Amino acid sequence: MGDMVFYLFAATTVLSGFFVVFSKNIVHAGFSLLFTLFGVAGLFAMLGADFLAVTQTMVYIGGVLILVLFVVMMTRIPGQDIPKRSFDRKIPAGVFSVLIFALVFKVINGTEWNVLPVDAPEATISMIGQKLLTDFIFPFEYASIVLLLAMIGAAILIRERKIDDEEEVQS
Amino acid sequence: MSEHAILWTALSVLLLPMLSYVIIFFFGKMLPRKGDWVGVTLLGATLVQAVRIFVHFWQMGDSQLRYEGGFRWLDVGQFTADAGMLVDGMTAIMLVVVSLVSFLVHLFSVGYMHGDRRYERYFAFLGFFTFSMMGIVLANGLLFLYVFWELVGLASYLLIGFFFHKPTAADANKKAFLTNRVGDFGFFIGIMIFFTAYGTFNYMELFAQMQLAPLTGALLTWAGVGLFMGCIGKSAQAPLHIWLPDAMEGPTPVSALIHAATMVAAGVYMVARLLPLFDPNALLVIAYIGSITAILGATIALVKTDIKKSLAFSTISQLGYMVMAMGVGASAAGMFHLTTHAFFKALLFLGAGSVIHAVHTQEMPLMGGLRKKMPITFVTFFIATLAISGVPFFSGFYSKDAILAGALAFGMQGKTMIPFILALAAAGITAFYMFRMLFMTFMGKPRDEERYSHAHESPWTMSVPLMVLAVLAIVSAGWKGPADSWFSKFVTSYDLPAITAEYGHQENHIVESDHHVVVDDHAVVHVEEHATSESDAAHGDSHGDAHDDVSHKAHSMAMVMSIAIAGLGIFLSWLAYMKKAFSTEAIKTRLNPVYKVLQNKYYFDEIYAATVYKFVLGLAWLNAAFDRVVIDGIVNGSATVTKIGGWITGSIFDRYVVDGMVNGVGNLIQGAGQGMRRVQTGRVQTYLLYVCTSIVILVFVFRAL
Amino acid sequence: MEVGLAHYLTVGAILFSLGIFAVMTRRNAVALLMGVELILNGANVNFVAFSRYVETSIDGHLMAAFVIVLAAAEAAVALAIVLAMFRNFGTVHVDSVDSLKQ
Repeated sequence: MGDMVFYLFAATTVLSGFFVVFSKNIVHAGFSLLFTLFGVAGLFAMLGADFLAVTQTMVYIGGVLILVLFVVMMTRIPGQDIPKRSFDRKIPAGVFSVLIFALVFKVINGTEWNVLPVDAPEATISMIGQKLLTDFIFPFEYASIVLLLAMIGAAILIRERKIDDEEEVQS
Repeated sequence: MSEHAILWTALSVLLLPMLSYVIIFFFGKMLPRKGDWVGVTLLGATLVQAVRIFVHFWQMGDSQLRYEGGFRWLDVGQFTADAGMLVDGMTAIMLVVVSLVSFLVHLFSVGYMHGDRRYERYFAFLGFFTFSMMGIVLANGLLFLYVFWELVGLASYLLIGFFFHKPTAADANKKAFLTNRVGDFGFFIGIMIFFTAYGTFNYMELFAQMQLAPLTGALLTWAGVGLFMGCIGKSAQAPLHIWLPDAMEGPTPVSALIHAATMVAAGVYMVARLLPLFDPNALLVIAYIGSITAILGATIALVKTDIKKSLAFSTISQLGYMVMAMGVGASAAGMFHLTTHAFFKALLFLGAGSVIHAVHTQEMPLMGGLRKKMPITFVTFFIATLAISGVPFFSGFYSKDAILAGALAFGMQGKTMIPFILALAAAGITAFYMFRMLFMTFMGKPRDEERYSHAHESPWTMSVPLMVLAVLAIVSAGWKGPADSWFSKFVTSYDLPAITAEYGHQENHIVESDHHVVVDDHAVVHVEEHATSESDAAHGDSHGDAHDDVSHKAHSMAMVMSIAIAGLGIFLSWLAYMKKAFSTEAIKTRLNPVYKVLQNKYYFDEIYAATVYKFVLGLAWLNAAFDRVVIDGIVNGSATVTKIGGWITGSIFDRYVVDGMVNGVGNLIQGAGQGMRRVQTGRVQTYLLYVCTSIVILVFVFRAL
Repeated sequence: MEVGLAHYLTVGAILFSLGIFAVMTRRNAVALLMGVELILNGANVNFVAFSRYVETSIDGHLMAAFVIVLAAAEAAVALAIVLAMFRNFGTVHVDSVDSLKQ
């Protein structure tokens, strides 16, 4: 039963991942990403990471993905979906991506993992909370600063440049 | 005061004059009054500090008291050198003498140098000199003694040539510097002999090593003579005395400070400081040189009419006394004479300066009768004259008497009497020429009315130093007789066994025997014997019953004789120059050859001109010829060869081989650049592709997995 | 075959490779960003899988949480850049934005 669920999530993740990468339509790609992220959230749940599964769903699906789709819609100009071909990288990129996967796959299967016979933990939220405020207090604080800076940075980047426009007019 | 406090005070004595030098040298022009008050104030502070040390030693009253402090200065492989200070009674005396005379000379110079174009530079140099002199006094090892020794030479050079626009001054400072160099050459050899033998520069360690493992034979003698050569140069002993009279070209206060009271005494101080390093033979050389210098200087001073020149030869003579005192074993007496001489000779020079300032000439025949115009100068000059002539109750009498007694004791112990006889004669002549000077300058009628009418007493900055020095020229006597004078609180001979016990534990730095340094293996047995035999032979003021007897007898005899001969000298001088009982002119013509010899300073300069200078010039000419013919030939030849080779390589090899390679490389790089330009797309994705490709290739190439 | 560590790692590796491929090939800046998200998710799967099977602690979870946080920040900034790019160049195709090359 558990295996079946795993394969279901894994298949969802991988297949929708392929769609993300190979879809010509950027809107389709965006929606495929939704399934990929959902599948990953499922895998997290399978691994006993309930907190992460929830976070993945909320932050990625609820936040990042919505943001991505908004941007897709804001920047979409009909007729530009298929740009002029400059230098086709698909073939070498495909070859080397496969090679990298082969490499990693060889590592995964060629290594004797020291797997511990431990059951999945009950609930991780309280443990994560304690860790965040003790051992990981500094990364935690830095993360908050990074978020703040990202917020400010994003706001500055998408701001209308009125001053520049005035300067251009003057010049 | 604690040891710590003493050493810090001593350090301030060393550095305050340096501070004065730095401030005046760099900022003198900007300061009000060109900064002379900075020099005077700082030297005053130096004097106060020096007096504090002096008072401390006075209270302790222990001539063996010694404070030493320092730090490791250099550490190069096997070679180490320490920088440090040694403060003992002798140092305390010298500190006071140097800082006092220097302070007074600063004060005097405010009036004397007034209006000079390079006024601030003069004060800067004075500070620099004082610093260097303090360095000599405070050094605790030969290395730093030598360093400051040379610095003092430099200061002397700068100050002698202060009026460098006068050719005579420019020549005089070169002469002083070069003559000193001859002496320093020997000094350096002496230092190096001791250093290679014992591996240390520190005085006390050297003394201890000397006791434990003495150098033997001729090497020790020559090492001692080498050290003494430094003294010959610096203290103007025969035959290197020739620079001192010429050094009078410097400003008169400088003559008082450097060439009468302090620097020239450095040689004497050095010999006194290093006395245990001299063996009896070297001491005998010192005694002879000293006594010859004493009589030489005195006889020349007899005939000189230039007041400063005459004083210069008097200085040479008195320095000869001190050096002789070292040689005959009366080192404490020598140091005593150094101290008293510093006071009265500085006084004489400053008095002469005052006179010169007033009448604008140095020729005594143009003076006369100045006592009415310059009462303060006259009285102080008179006191100094009494002191130097050896009149009882004045300082010079006691110190000179101590030296004569030491020389007499030296002779009575079966050594040679020559030093005593020469010194006694010199004492009589000294009294004669000093009173001659006094009479010619201050007594009688004015011989040059015009100059006389312009003469006037000097301002207070000049007369106050005169009065202070006059008081010191009297009170430094102590009036207790040489045997138990105040001076013995400060300076007696070294307590060598104690020093050996204290410093001798260090590892012996003994040079291998193939260095001609033969070190006695049975040193310990030798210690007592060596110490006693040396002190018996050389140190006239050491202990022992029979010895005490001799020195006591010598004292009373010497005292009577010195009073008698000084009285005779004064009397003859009075007869000749006041009563005109006999004509000096007549004697001059009668003894014309002798007069000529004296007037020409025994022809030393001429002899050197004929021999040494000729030799050196000839050598220089030979070198120049060698340079021109051989070296220039080689250089020019090699230049020609290089030129031809350059042509060959330039026109053939360079053009085809080197240029070809260079251009080839250039073309290659250009081509590679053209190719790489395509790779450099400016697109991040392409770069990422390269990165991934590279990783995969690397992994497969190295088969890391 | 029991589902174990290797299976999760394989899923992670597939996501990673797909992400790399997307980043290398896609011309649309937004699609490119999606590729980055795929890479990050592949890494996250690995973190959590290792935390579950190899480690007894939950440090891996925390790493994944930080990755999510940073991904969110990165997405915000990157999308802002995309918008700015669109406004200035009128396109979101990264190949077209090569003014530094001229």
